[in-house]
Amino acid sequence: MSSATIPPQFEIVDRPLDTQMTISMGPQHPSTHGVLRLELVLDGEMVVKATPDIGYLHTGMEKLFEYKKYQQGIVITDRMDYLNPLGNNLAYVMAGEKLLGLEIPERAQVIRVLFCELQRIGSHLVWLGTHALDIGAMTVFFYCFREREKILNLIEAASGGRLTPSYFRIGGLMMDLPAGFENRCKQFLDGFPGAVDEFHKLLSGNKIFQRRTQGIGYITAEDAIDWGLAGPCLRGSGVALDVRRANPYSGYEKYDFEIPTEPDGDVWSRYMVRMREMKESHKIATQALARLRPGPIKADAPKVVLPDRQAMKSHMDALIHHFLIVAEGFDVPEGEVYHPIEASKGELGVYIKSNGGPKPARVHFRAPSFVNLSALPMMSEGEMVADIVAIIGSLDIVLGEIDR
Amino acid sequence: MSSEPENTEPAPSPLVAALQREHPEWFSEVIVAFGETTFIVPREHIVAASTFLKAWPEGRFDLLADICGCDRGVEEEPRFEVNYHLFSTTKYHRIRLKVVLNEEDAHVASVTGVWRTANWHERETFDLFGVVFDGHPDLRRILLPDDWQGHALRKDFPLRGYEPYSLK
Repeated sequence: MSSATIPPQFEIVDRPLDTQMTISMGPQHPSTHGVLRLELVLDGEMVVKATPDIGYLHTGMEKLFEYKKYQQGIVITDRMDYLNPLGNNLAYVMAGEKLLGLEIPERAQVIRVLFCELQRIGSHLVWLGTHALDIGAMTVFFYCFREREKILNLIEAASGGRLTPSYFRIGGLMMDLPAGFENRCKQFLDGFPGAVDEFHKLLSGNKIFQRRTQGIGYITAEDAIDWGLAGPCLRGSGVALDVRRANPYSGYEKYDFEIPTEPDGDVWSRYMVRMREMKESHKIATQALARLRPGPIKADAPKVVLPDRQAMKSHMDALIHHFLIVAEGFDVPEGEVYHPIEASKGELGVYIKSNGGPKPARVHFRAPSFVNLSALPMMSEGEMVADIVAIIGSLDIVLGEIDR
Repeated sequence: MSSEPENTEPAPSPLVAALQREHPEWFSEVIVAFGETTFIVPREHIVAASTFLKAWPEGRFDLLADICGCDRGVEEEPRFEVNYHLFSTTKYHRIRLKVVLNEEDAHVASVTGVWRTANWHERETFDLFGVVFDGHPDLRRILLPDDWQGHALRKDFPLRGYEPYSLK
């Protein structure tokens, strides 16, 4: 049998233990959660070097913002972190409101908090389902998506969209909650703690799951801060940091909730933090629902906020404002702001620079997944190649906001 | 922002005063607007100022939240800005450092030695604006392909094009 010729660029190493192999994991690998490519240098089954390669989903969203009016930008934010669109909406509209100096009515703030927490639960449910699926537990996925479906139905009831709601507007909300929403929401919230217990029963006591996650992907608290990690990844290393507590927004200082932390800094810790966070989010959502009072949902700023349809039909000035806002947009004062919120994956910051006029000069998103992923090489070097899947799952990345 | 209670924003004045007392050559130019504090740091001092702020016992800005570039426009001089958003994980303060750069000499020292998270942020700013971070360990394009021509977020880069990328 004739042997194939080996191209000259390959260096052949005869000693078996010194053999290193470079493989490309992704961009079509199912457990890289989208289109992430990892260039792995392997020594046997051990990862010597991991280099993430991103940009496969780059669509120039930050460029697009500069050509759209402020309110048109909201729909772009939905498409970044598509598991947490309401969080993205909130960060963007709050940055705009900061520039405009708008006062948001209480009811709108409460509804924003309610939906952000529901969305956080929804995002964590997708994480839990896919993370467990990556490691080999298939059943959890179906239970998670059953619960998530209820959340998406609630979001659809209020905004009309399931994945891309665009429900928050600069100055308030798109529209008020539909009739009977409180009851539907209450129904979901009443059943949810039982569902979390169900997830715990399916996974937390599972010996295989524990062995696959404990002691894997370790990162210390100092390293985590140095790498800029945020959200559950940072709290999984024992740092009790939450933007909702540190720099409260939308009235989060009035809600009673805990910041769950776990000391170990491994995949299991990050898993436990998110599981406990779902309960905390449920707690906040329940309080928000109880806090809901009738009232206005839009700020009193006729030059910025679209008027009511009824007012538009009977008042000339409302009609004029409606026309001007839709046709020309609104002028935003000159300046620059950075507004951080706690999204489901960590600190989501929006930087807007305005030179005046209806379009921003620069919009930048500090995407939490982008920063969390940059610490992946540090966590994964020295681990087995099968554990890379668990580590990626524990970071909870969404390529839509990494590549933007 | 008026929808937030005033006490959530860090009180800037004692912080600014303390910083200006310690290092007037770095922190003399300050803008306070919308409840945020911005220091325009001279380009040659950015690493020294960052190192100082990270270890400063009164502030401890130990987390670099974000770096983002900004193009003021083709006609503007200096043309580029690099914004560093700093956060203190113990005091919960936030400040912004800003470095302004000319187009023909868009170089600034890398802060990867101070915060390792700066690595990808600086690569992104290099990729999209063409700002070169001297001393960066791995300054490659990150979002766009390696052989991409131009820097996509510059104001003179078109929003649309009709050529497929593969024909370039």
